[in-house]
Amino acid sequence: MSRIQSVFATLKQQGKTALIPYITAGDPHPKHTVNLLHTLVKHGADMIELGVPFSDPMADGPIIQRASERALAHKVGLTAVLAMVKEFRQTNQTTPIILMGYANPIEAIGAIAFADRAKAADVDGVITVDYPPEECGEFVKELRARDIDPVFLLSPTTEPKRIDLIVNQASGFVYYVSLKGVTGAANLDIVEVANRVASIRQQTSLPIGVGFGIRDAATAKATAAIADAVVVGSRMVQVIEASTDENLLSNVAKLMDELKTAVDAA
Amino acid sequence: MQLYDMPDARGHFGQFGGTFVAETLVEALEELRVMYEKYRHDPEFLAEYAYDLKHFVGRPSPIYHAKRLSDKVGGAQIYLKREDLNHTGAHKINNTIGQALLAKRMGKPRVIAETGAGQHGVATATVAARLGLECVVYMGSEDVKRQAPNVFRMKLLGATVVPVESGSKTLKDALNEAMRDWVTNVHNTFYIIGTVAGPHPYPMMVRDFQAVIGIEAKEQMMEMVGRQPDAIVACVGGGSNAMGIFYPYIDVPNVRLIGVEAAGLGMETGQHAAPLTANSPVGVLHGNRTYLMQDADGNIIETHSISAGLDYPGVGPEHAWLKDIKRAEYVAITDDEAMAAFHNLCRTEGIIPALESSHALAYAEKMARTMRKDEIILVNLSGRGDKDINTVAKLANITL
Repeated sequence: MSRIQSVFATLKQQGKTALIPYITAGDPHPKHTVNLLHTLVKHGADMIELGVPFSDPMADGPIIQRASERALAHKVGLTAVLAMVKEFRQTNQTTPIILMGYANPIEAIGAIAFADRAKAADVDGVITVDYPPEECGEFVKELRARDIDPVFLLSPTTEPKRIDLIVNQASGFVYYVSLKGVTGAANLDIVEVANRVASIRQQTSLPIGVGFGIRDAATAKATAAIADAVVVGSRMVQVIEASTDENLLSNVAKLMDELKTAVDAA
Repeated sequence: MQLYDMPDARGHFGQFGGTFVAETLVEALEELRVMYEKYRHDPEFLAEYAYDLKHFVGRPSPIYHAKRLSDKVGGAQIYLKREDLNHTGAHKINNTIGQALLAKRMGKPRVIAETGAGQHGVATATVAARLGLECVVYMGSEDVKRQAPNVFRMKLLGATVVPVESGSKTLKDALNEAMRDWVTNVHNTFYIIGTVAGPHPYPMMVRDFQAVIGIEAKEQMMEMVGRQPDAIVACVGGGSNAMGIFYPYIDVPNVRLIGVEAAGLGMETGQHAAPLTANSPVGVLHGNRTYLMQDADGNIIETHSISAGLDYPGVGPEHAWLKDIKRAEYVAITDDEAMAAFHNLCRTEGIIPALESSHALAYAEKMARTMRKDEIILVNLSGRGDKDINTVAKLANITL
């Protein structure tokens, strides 16, 4: 059983929903990233999505684009991100780390080399935004051969037949993107999300994470009531962007505490 | 001989092309793929497209024997396919008419586009005005500054021009932003991509709409000289004008197809926009797999060309394929060489070429010198240079 699968199994026994914060590696500065990861865990992260900076983040709104630009200004690429995970693992062997990013940094080193290096860094899952299942069969095989979970996105426009195709390739969990649009956009229609999640459940026994549009305790709580995991990205990055070196960790801790309380109360 | 039949059903040209997009766009592309399949051979659709090309664009564009230029260069005869004479001044409108007619049939009242030099933006704004569609054009804020006259033209035509401030603030970032708009507004919006890049079916669809260039050229060459040219030369940024003239010739033996990329300040400086000539690695950007200028971490590197229309770090996937199967050759021309060819055509033939097309002209001149006088080079003169006079004046330290 992978680390992601066992975290979900444990939470299920406890009747709890996972809280998964997202941060971009290297934002606001590479010196903070490992400390941020530990802070997130200390304040309730069950797993962490770690963004790999990319020059052309087409599926992201302005908040996460700026995070990528800040990280790239310090030359944080895939190699540096894997080194950060390795460093984090020196003192944490339990919290799953899911890399989230775009295809080209993986293409640049090749699927096999990437899978080897991700395994060596003890990465648990990979979300590749612009690798739909039709285009990444080999990549998925290489990940699964190393017990790394390939996590796929489902969108409000994904047809049932396609959901089948996706859940057959995915492991760990599937990630329902609850809005049309880019990250950080507009408001969340919780009734609509609940209906979609219920129908996805009929097609898979994989845990379902929900993200895009969750920005406070109220939306986190409402989402936690229907999903197996709540992903908070743009809001987290916004707090990081608005912080100074001095109050960065405490601001992130404060947001995490709010979200954790809300998710646990659902 | 097996006839050329690309791409496959999922938009692959060998290892290139494909549909590398976020899940939120998959359904929209599927809808587009199905609708394009439905209409690409539909007689009524094709008749409407042909009518607009004839009466609105002014096609067929002529082929012109650049005799004085040929004599001056000394060597092969240089012929020009005059896409510069099209309405709006470039080949771009062949494609925007096709896609806008498709948008109309799909019931989408709003079209969006990305643009670099502004030619595709103007061509999109033009057809949107003609068909009564709302039009939003994304343009890197650097390009907005460099191409002020085209920005004003788009506004005159009723389009909204949105300056893009992210990344390098040029064409690739405009494309990213247009994609973001499309993901958000996919229910009522058609994205008119301007080149043979993007996810399937765009590279194929844009090629098909631009193929009118090569289809006409094949007939016109027979009429004019009774045979096909020995070589066809076209500039390549994303590669739509080149693909348009190459495609009908792929199965014609003994016609060399030569794509000319932008060598910028020189290939050795790294300041260029020539992924094929530079043997850049394969990568994924803007929905397709192709050769891509990038660093060791897979981040896209900034390109340089005097010509905004060639200033793109990738290239259409079909060009990557044609390079690999050795059906087309790819070379590069520097800013300085393109400028020399620009002035040469102005003075010898009375035609002001676009800076993009000047790259093709420069290579044709080089080639012609090595060829016999009875050999023929056909250059795709993809656009006129009116839009570039500010750039050219600035280089000569002249204030207009």
